[in-house]
Amino acid sequence: MFDLNSYHKANTVEEAIALLSQNPKAIPIAGGTDVLVRLHQRHPDYRHLVDIHDVAELKEIVMTPDGTIMVGSGATFTSLMESRIITDNIPVLSEGASWVGGPQVRNMATVGGNICNGVPSADSAAPLLVLNAVVVLKGPQDERHVPLHEFYQGPGRVDRQPAEIMTALRIAPEDYRRWSARYYKYAMRDAMDIATIGCAAACTLKGDSVSALRLAFTVAGPTPLRCWKTEEKARGAVADQSLLQLVRDSVLEDLRPRDSWRAPKAFREHIIKTLAERVLQKALNQCGVSLL
Amino acid sequence: MIRNISCKINGKSVTLVVDVRQSLIEVLRENGYTSVKEGCNAGECGACTVLVDDVPLDSCLYLAVWVDGRSIRTAEGETKEGKLSAVQQAYLDKGAVQCGFCTPGLIMASTAFVEQHRGGKVSREEIRKGHAGNLCRCTGYEDIIRAVEQCLEDAEEKDRDEGPVCESR
Repeated sequence: MFDLNSYHKANTVEEAIALLSQNPKAIPIAGGTDVLVRLHQRHPDYRHLVDIHDVAELKEIVMTPDGTIMVGSGATFTSLMESRIITDNIPVLSEGASWVGGPQVRNMATVGGNICNGVPSADSAAPLLVLNAVVVLKGPQDERHVPLHEFYQGPGRVDRQPAEIMTALRIAPEDYRRWSARYYKYAMRDAMDIATIGCAAACTLKGDSVSALRLAFTVAGPTPLRCWKTEEKARGAVADQSLLQLVRDSVLEDLRPRDSWRAPKAFREHIIKTLAERVLQKALNQCGVSLL
Repeated sequence: MIRNISCKINGKSVTLVVDVRQSLIEVLRENGYTSVKEGCNAGECGACTVLVDDVPLDSCLYLAVWVDGRSIRTAEGETKEGKLSAVQQAYLDKGAVQCGFCTPGLIMASTAFVEQHRGGKVSREEIRKGHAGNLCRCTGYEDIIRAVEQCLEDAEEKDRDEGPVCESR
């Protein structure tokens, strides 16, 4: 039996916010694949739960008439892999989702939980960062919209107030139309593993030049990170081998990988440079530039 | 923290008295469904895999209250009137069982996989990926994959001979 002090079930987002407001110690539980593992380890911070597992409005994946995609925070990784809205328009997110855990975990775990627990290794984070996703949060007073890269504040820390619910991740049409994006997870095993390094790259071309590049990494710093300096340098560059070299030479300036028992820093740095080049190659290939 | 919930277990409607602090595996085992095995209790090994509304998940990382109104399948329910299911029979035929501890969870993972991929072409790699959530420390997985391949082949043959017989669940 899990060691809980309080448990309340919410049927709507409004109910969840009201329940969280009443108890500052309470945290939301959605898929349960992180919270219940923590409780299994008898972690003291997870003993007051507001259950949002069955809040139907959080599970929706919709596209508004202007092309904005709203990914409900309660959408499971399996639903990210199967949703036509996602596979047709932002396949990089279903690519990310397909790398999470194994089938059972993907059937339970939610994208909102993956982001809100603030881990540097979140498989959905790098794709969402290159899609310029915006986090939609609802609290007792108002609704806030926070760009995902600002939502991350430190390892395990995100900008969610105790009474707020992350309702959705919003992706604007200008952030995916005419963009090509890919994700790759480097890990020791092909499944049920935590990334050694994860990399997402997105690009859009004008003629034979890069009009914009976005690059994001997981496990390459205290939070998932965008590579702002490299992206700036690549703007307007001709999409050829010298671009790959530029990205390879620059990418470590944007990141802070560290030693851990999973992999030493020097190894991570090598993988980061290699993935920056290869994942960008794949994204470029998708928009018709073959540098393979 | 006590709740009354109603659900179906292996096709039978039941009402259960559960504590909100209980995981689904605890409640299932307490009620006699001991095919559901507790391995890691942390979503790593898949020994506790059951189907909830035909979707495989780890019952150790699933609150029992979440099955209210839903339908659960465990390995004991796959054997109907003494007859093994096609997946169970294939495991037997291929010798895909050694110590047996992981087997009920794997049977359920395979059952969901076969039901989902029936009629389509499936690669070995996809079978492996479809079973990545289940650890087996004895078999080396090879015979498990062969069992799943046999099931998919048999299903294809049956569909060809008799027309689709896929039950709508």
